[in-house]
Amino acid sequence: MAKSLKTKPRKTATVTSLDIEMLQILNLDGTAQQDEARELGLTNDDIESLYRWMVTARIFDERALALQRQGRLGTYAPLSGQEACQAGSAYALRPEDWIFPSYREHLAQVMRGQRWLDILTYWGGSEEGNRVPEGVNNFTISIPIATQTLHAVGAAWAAKIKGETSCAIVYFGDGATSEGDFHEALNFAGVFQTPTVFFCQNNQYAISVPRTKQTASETIAQKAIAYGIEGVQVDGNDVFAVYKATKEALEKGRNGGGPTLIEAVTYRLSHHTTADDWTRYRPAEEVEMWKQRDPIKRLKLYLERQGLWNADDEAKLLEEAKSEIAQTVAQYENLPKRDVEDIFKYIYAEMPWNLREQLQELKEYLAEHGGDLPKE
Amino acid sequence: MPQMTLIQAINDALRTEMRRDPTVIVMGEDVGINGGVFRATENLYKEFGPDRSIDTPLAESGIVGCAIGMAVNGLKPVAEIQFDGFMPPAFDHIVSHAARLRWRSRGRFHLPLVIRVPYGGGIRALEHHSEAPEAYYVHTPGLKVVIPSSPYDAKGLLISAIRDPDPVIFFEPKRLYRAFRQEVPEGEYVIPLGKANIVQQGTDVTVISWGAMVRVCLQAMEQLGSVSVELLDLRTLAPLDIETVWNSVTKTGRAVIVQEAPRTCSLASELTALINERVLLQLQAPVARVTGYDTHMPYLSMEQYYLPDAGRVKKGIERVLGF
Amino acid sequence: MPQMTIVQAINDALRTEMRRDPTVIVMGEDVGVNGGVFRATENLIKEFGPDRSIDTPLAESGIVGTAIGMALNGLKPVAEIQFDGFMPPAFDHIISHAARIRWRTRGRYYVPLVVRAPYSGGIRSPEHHAESPEAYYAHTPGLKVVIPSNPYDAKGLLLAAIRDPDPVIYLEPKRLYRAFRQEVPEGDYLVPLGKAHSAREGSDVTLIAWGAMMPAALSAAEKIASQDISVEVIDLRTLIPLDSETVLESVKKTGRLVILHEAPKTCGFGSELAALVNDRAFEHLKAPIVRVTGPDTTIPLARLEDYYLPDVGRCVLGIQRVLSY
Ligand SMILES: Cc1ncc(C[n+]2csc(CCOP(=O)(O)OP(=O)(O)O)c2C)c(N)n1
Repeated sequence: MAKSLKTKPRKTATVTSLDIEMLQILNLDGTAQQDEARELGLTNDDIESLYRWMVTARIFDERALALQRQGRLGTYAPLSGQEACQAGSAYALRPEDWIFPSYREHLAQVMRGQRWLDILTYWGGSEEGNRVPEGVNNFTISIPIATQTLHAVGAAWAAKIKGETSCAIVYFGDGATSEGDFHEALNFAGVFQTPTVFFCQNNQYAISVPRTKQTASETIAQKAIAYGIEGVQVDGNDVFAVYKATKEALEKGRNGGGPTLIEAVTYRLSHHTTADDWTRYRPAEEVEMWKQRDPIKRLKLYLERQGLWNADDEAKLLEEAKSEIAQTVAQYENLPKRDVEDIFKYIYAEMPWNLREQLQELKEYLAEHGGDLPKE
Repeated sequence: MPQMTLIQAINDALRTEMRRDPTVIVMGEDVGINGGVFRATENLYKEFGPDRSIDTPLAESGIVGCAIGMAVNGLKPVAEIQFDGFMPPAFDHIVSHAARLRWRSRGRFHLPLVIRVPYGGGIRALEHHSEAPEAYYVHTPGLKVVIPSSPYDAKGLLISAIRDPDPVIFFEPKRLYRAFRQEVPEGEYVIPLGKANIVQQGTDVTVISWGAMVRVCLQAMEQLGSVSVELLDLRTLAPLDIETVWNSVTKTGRAVIVQEAPRTCSLASELTALINERVLLQLQAPVARVTGYDTHMPYLSMEQYYLPDAGRVKKGIERVLGF
Repeated sequence: MPQMTIVQAINDALRTEMRRDPTVIVMGEDVGVNGGVFRATENLIKEFGPDRSIDTPLAESGIVGTAIGMALNGLKPVAEIQFDGFMPPAFDHIISHAARIRWRTRGRYYVPLVVRAPYSGGIRSPEHHAESPEAYYAHTPGLKVVIPSNPYDAKGLLLAAIRDPDPVIYLEPKRLYRAFRQEVPEGDYLVPLGKAHSAREGSDVTLIAWGAMMPAALSAAEKIASQDISVEVIDLRTLIPLDSETVLESVKKTGRLVILHEAPKTCGFGSELAALVNDRAFEHLKAPIVRVTGPDTTIPLARLEDYYLPDVGRCVLGIQRVLSY
């Protein structure tokens, strides 16, 4: 033993050097690395469309928060500040690709074919909000942190086994990187070279716990290296950079190049959920500082600089978006009353005897009280 | 005596025990600076610092796994799992290690470990935030399972749990966290584990319950008026105070069990089996189970239909009386 | 008809279904090249290749989690957990996801997944290799729980489990893997889920068992028959959904029930059977129900294992007790 300790350590591997560079295309003032912006292949219409999505999401978010405060919606997880992450990545996907969202990806879900109404329905406390339209490859959101990373690896893996070229992108936060499932997912994806894009929205906090207390790594992107896969860091408030990184990762995945871990550096501008109060754990100056980096503001400056956008366009968009969301809220508030059978349906493809009897038991009870629960 | 809510009583129990015993620590997600998402650990960080009030990374397996290591090496960790629905990632450490260590090391090691978990439905929370998973842990040899139904009990039981030399799963009915206040003595006092509480004496029927359902049973009893109900609050689910149950059912000849968990293979099933086993001859009616259904807990728009309410409890009592 | 052991019947079922349905795959630790530590997946990699007989990294959460993703995207994975004692790391994916996906998506997504695990004691294994965790899964809405006790059932039930549109926990009594042979038809046949099997008819006592307890149950019935006691033995085969009809019919006939299982008693599946009979056949009961089970302890290592596991003698005692009342 002692002897072997004395022998000179033998070099067994050279690990990729750890220079992590943050990809950024759009500057804070709306200027851009012009050639990179052009190389993205986005038309002016595409860029405008991204902007519309982001603004609509912000309006939805504010409206949902207000509804919750008025007792008209259940607990809600706001996305403000993370619009570029979601818009940029979702825009890069093809319809046949899969997304595995966590609970904050309302914008990505809607861009991919769910409705704002579905989001409200869900957070209003109805499983119906999880009924993703047929033909839309969105998996339902996942509440247990990090678990969806494995589902995404499985779905991408299935595509590979079936000889399809679709990819799966999975969204999760910086906190999720602490869970064992994150490790298992990266490891499986690396070993089987599944076309999975791990999209981490590093919004700096997992509820109250800051990123520096989740991991001693300086970046999340660097964690990829240990799994033998590529890791990149992007400015998550720069929709162009997000789009580029995601698109490249997807193309690589489609062409058999395996998985990618993308760390999008961003910030949650609002509370973790409506049950949270951010003033307990972060200084107001920090939030102010990040407001200066607001992804929507940045893209607007860009559009204005390019002469693609003016005050009239803005006013018109705001009006349109507000009215769209107002209509959604009206629909949400007029959702039909639910049938108690909803509790029992879908536990299995066929209802077994115990559930049929328990449903009957509940119906009889309600019938004894004029069709609903007795008032206490 | 100060009036406290259940959550304040828990906070008070933790503070009391941390002052008394420097080896007691709290750990979990957001339990430090933030004081816990329900504020159960509020201000402990200020008084005891980050070494004894620990904000961990977001990883339940990590939290319980490390707490086991700490408990082996002289600390008494009180680990918080943020919500009942997030116990499963820690399941392996709970059932394969915490529950077994004393047994498999022949007493060389033991784990003075408490796992605190906000439990059950009724606060209109999200999915995975309203679970009643006690049966998994009651079925696992080596664990104690405790669930208070009032502020007074919460403090006394939690202090007992922390002092217990074996791992205790301490479920906190989150629906009762702020539901009412009660006089709670300052300083230390204990309520022994493994002892049920006879909330009300009676002669016609025994109603057995725990956690937030105890209050629902009390409501049902009010509505029933003249029926003489003996209400048992189990307080500790493992080990079960089966003597108290048997004695009561021997006297009344009728039993109703009320729980929010799904029915099949639950603690209500076990109690039914135990009552049948020992006091079948005294039983004047089959034992009734008033429970959650064999489905998942519905999201908030339907949760009131899932959770047993006073009317359903009343119906259960009438059923055994009318047999 | 070929004679097979249980493990051969399972292997045969997997091969049969993989030939019939190209979306069926097996995955798990050592299931590929090695053919599984018990050889349940023997030769599948030769016939179906590494894409359908997958050696995964050592990670149970990873296995079940990715299997769920595969099931969502058109495959029918049969995931193996190497031993019962290593199901807990996958517990979250089983109960928080597999069990819930149909329900929480209103039927939009579902998970045709089988999780196979060698189950229960009696083979002198190390710690964590002899567990009987069926009650955890039986208590979880949305899962089916299947436990065969002989080669014929093992094949027919596994085929049914793979074709079932919902997640099935398929527990294989490892003590019986090679304990005996039985005629097993070649090719395709099903033993339906949710149907118990009356393994022996009788009139005095109903004895319910499953998995590796079946041989003890049948021997006990045989033994006590010499004392002119007629025992009806029911092999549950599927715990969830429970075949309550068969159970209740028998108990109504005999008025006496003995339940036999290896798992710890408290909140074991025996408690549910007892509660069911209390609910539906109370007036027919001539004696309190007797549960003959493992005690509420961890299952001991080899030298004490036999004292933990219910055996023929304890089963006979249970029958005598229920009759002496
Ligand atoms: C397994 C699990 N543990 C705990 C929680 C409670 N919880 C909900 S969100 C959250 C923080 C998540 O942080 P992060 O992954 O960074 O995502 P973010 O919310 O910042 O988007 C916690 C602890 C949970 N949902 N799942």
